[in-house]
Amino acid sequence: MPELTLHELSVPGHRGPRLMPLDVPAQGIDRLLPADRVRKEPAALPEISEPTAMRHFVNLSTLNHHIDKAIYPLGSCTMKYNPKLNDEMARIPGFAGIHPMQPDDLVQGALAVVAELHEWLRAIMGMPGITTQPAAGAQCELTAVLMARAYHTDRGDAREEVIVPDSAHGTNPSTVHQVGYRVVQIPSGPDGCVDLAALERAISPRTAAMMLTNPNTLGIFERQVGTIARLIHDAGALLYLDGANLNAMMGLASPGAMGFDFAHINLHKTFSTPHGGGGPGGGVLCVRKELEPYLPMPVLEQDGDHYRWNVDRPRSIGRVHSYYGNFGILVRALCYMRSLGASGIGEASREAILNANYLKARLKDAYAASHEGPCMHEFVLSASRQKARGVKALDIAKRLLDFGMHAPTIYFPLIVEEALMIEPTETETKGSLDAFADAMLQIDRESAEDPDRVHAAPTRTPVRRLDEARAARKLILSWQDLEAEGAGG
Amino acid sequence: MSFVGRSDAERRAMLERIGVPREEDLWASIPSEFRLSGPLPLPAPLAEYEIARRFELWAERNADASRYACFLGGGIYDHFIPAALRSIVSRSEFATAYTPYQPEVAQGTLQVIFEYQSMIRELTGMEVANASLYDGATAAVEAAVFAAGAKGRPRVLCSTGVHPHTREVLRTYASAGGFRLEEIPLEAGRTAIGPIASAGNDVAAVIWAQPNFEGVVEDGAALTQAAHEIGAYSLAAADPVALAILRPPGHDGADVVFGEGQPLGVPMSYGGPLVGFFAIRKAEVRRLPGRLAGVTVDLDGKRGYVLTLQTREQHIRRERATSNICTNQGLMALANTVYLALLGAQGLRDVATQCLERAHYLADRIGEIPGVRLAHAEAPFFRELVLRLPAPAESFARAALDRRILAGIPLGRFDRTRPNHLLVAVTEKRSREDLDRYVDTLASWAKAHAGRPREEAACRS
Repeated sequence: MPELTLHELSVPGHRGPRLMPLDVPAQGIDRLLPADRVRKEPAALPEISEPTAMRHFVNLSTLNHHIDKAIYPLGSCTMKYNPKLNDEMARIPGFAGIHPMQPDDLVQGALAVVAELHEWLRAIMGMPGITTQPAAGAQCELTAVLMARAYHTDRGDAREEVIVPDSAHGTNPSTVHQVGYRVVQIPSGPDGCVDLAALERAISPRTAAMMLTNPNTLGIFERQVGTIARLIHDAGALLYLDGANLNAMMGLASPGAMGFDFAHINLHKTFSTPHGGGGPGGGVLCVRKELEPYLPMPVLEQDGDHYRWNVDRPRSIGRVHSYYGNFGILVRALCYMRSLGASGIGEASREAILNANYLKARLKDAYAASHEGPCMHEFVLSASRQKARGVKALDIAKRLLDFGMHAPTIYFPLIVEEALMIEPTETETKGSLDAFADAMLQIDRESAEDPDRVHAAPTRTPVRRLDEARAARKLILSWQDLEAEGAGG
Repeated sequence: MSFVGRSDAERRAMLERIGVPREEDLWASIPSEFRLSGPLPLPAPLAEYEIARRFELWAERNADASRYACFLGGGIYDHFIPAALRSIVSRSEFATAYTPYQPEVAQGTLQVIFEYQSMIRELTGMEVANASLYDGATAAVEAAVFAAGAKGRPRVLCSTGVHPHTREVLRTYASAGGFRLEEIPLEAGRTAIGPIASAGNDVAAVIWAQPNFEGVVEDGAALTQAAHEIGAYSLAAADPVALAILRPPGHDGADVVFGEGQPLGVPMSYGGPLVGFFAIRKAEVRRLPGRLAGVTVDLDGKRGYVLTLQTREQHIRRERATSNICTNQGLMALANTVYLALLGAQGLRDVATQCLERAHYLADRIGEIPGVRLAHAEAPFFRELVLRLPAPAESFARAALDRRILAGIPLGRFDRTRPNHLLVAVTEKRSREDLDRYVDTLASWAKAHAGRPREEAACRS
């Protein structure tokens, strides 16, 4: 039986938590609001008791895979363990119960948290300018491209193109387009890194910026980053680091030293704040000194031991969020950093690299690796050999679910055929990695000996393979649609 | 603490299997000039209880709503959040999962999104809601981009009754060139219709808020009609709690209803994480930004849920996506869903009605204070109102702290010509005792400042 919907569980007259009685004289909606502004039909929300609601959501929760259950090796997503103290700290009333319009002197503790977080992130990134206003990585990208535009405009320099490698995350080209710039895509070389000749051909006086993921989405460090930075800067353009893969180099290398003008950080990836089933994330954008005037406002400033938000920023691109970004996520991230300390931050990246290489070593005989040699914190396999036997990357992903493990990212990056992008993170033990490798090797054997078993997978999950084409063809996007569907036969 | 479980023996075994003698060989590809020469210049790790002590001390330095009666609003409100909600939202199964890329092991998250979409659809009076956006301000941006794209027109008119920060975010994004933002003023607290009617025929959309930033209930039908008459879309920023008793913009014919979902079970948390909702007509679904869950069946014909119409999204469509959004505010959308499920039809109506009644009780009592006036005395309001004080509102807000009151938002922060105006919000949590204390505090402050009225230079109301 599928879990019923709230709508199906609803029983007229059932009630959840109550409010305190109205202790002021009631005047009535009809007296207080004009008749034509009052809702005629009440919203058809569910009517259920608290115990029923609790069971409903707990039952639903058990249908999910999550990092507290087992390995979740989604490449580029950095699904590491989320320490529980972080959530506990964010829930303290002194943080959870403050309103964003309180004057600065009534939230000095909150501002101290943000200031300390900024200080740590500056040290890790080797870059002086910072904002934590963006809600997620994609919003950092957008903020940076707007800043790049403002920077060029200030120089009387109208530029319109952003160079993006073909291995980039989809948010890069999408962001560039949203800002009204043109995407210039360049191919990767045979080593999986930026093809410098192609880059030189793509650079022109129209180039506003280049977006680079480092290590790239193949898990390879872009060794030529120094040269790339020089080429970009010689053309008067700016270099952006998509920091989705920062978990490969914190405490090991400095993005500032590599010549990046902008770098973003996903706090929900590298700094272990919960992914929440799709969010909230936390976006950090670090910038070089010359770009600081363009940062979104307000900007946090310190005056002795007093902190304040400065809104007097004439060259700022403006606000990108209602208030100060995902503050609750900032609390969690700082708490995590304080647990790790200077030593633990570097250790996290080193162990993440060790784990990825160990897993790659265990799998590279059965699955074709996109590239030889050591990887950073993630690596890409191709299911091309298995596909020759009729078993695709998708089938392998589904079969993994039967082992109680999450699948890697599949069919990304686009430049690898039948890609399986694997990022174990540092918080998996050798035992957990071995179990994952054993499952992958068993699936490889099955692809030769019993491919039907792989095709039929998953069979041990709450539902079997779902008909995605049908969902797109016949859109049922709410209970209301579901009911209309039932009524229509 | 490192959260890494690794013995030396395991490490040796792993390196041996990899075939390198030393760990350092694994990151040899990082050129030495980019390597850090020593440890980061940061402090040593702390134990859990050391960290907790630091954070508790910081938290004590904030004036939070558990210690002060909070009358601050402007889109973020101090509403009641049931304990059961906190219990559900903090479950690992929801909190430590990610975007449901493998739907067979994410049916919990997917069904929650589906239920969320259903309830947002119901509240807004629209036909399709997405799985959430970052916040109310970026939802406004997505609405403007959506309208400019659909209409192929450059101008977007935005009422000054829309939250000032939302208008700032719209301006930031408008600089990218996707649309041109123009503001239309309020008249007696409501969005002026005249400038819409005379705006010409190249307007993509009119953005307005229900209720608006100054608390006033707008005539959504008239605004929508005015927008449609010039061929523009009507985009409404709605307060989701108000929609329990106010006519939803969807019933007024609005084309997008969006807004800030914080009032539905999300802590104020210094303004983040928030959550934006976004609902449209079904005919436009292929232009919808963000994620969307839909119903289908599995191989056995059993009902199940998947992310659908993903070809709109950046990971498939890249530069031709409807939006660049990837990570959204899933856990906050879960909080909204649990809140609406727990409160239910009657509960949400009770919350809204209590806000309305308590706000009017406060307004009536404040009306008796000499020297203090309601800025929009004739206009209907829901849970928020603008006071015009005899002296700067910042001074009253400061004075009220002594009585453990966060008195409201001085509007001089947004408009220097209105230093004496104060925006006051009243939720269901403000007891009669809180309200009476507010009135007493304001009355004695107003009395002390009555002898030396400082009129505002140019008062707009």
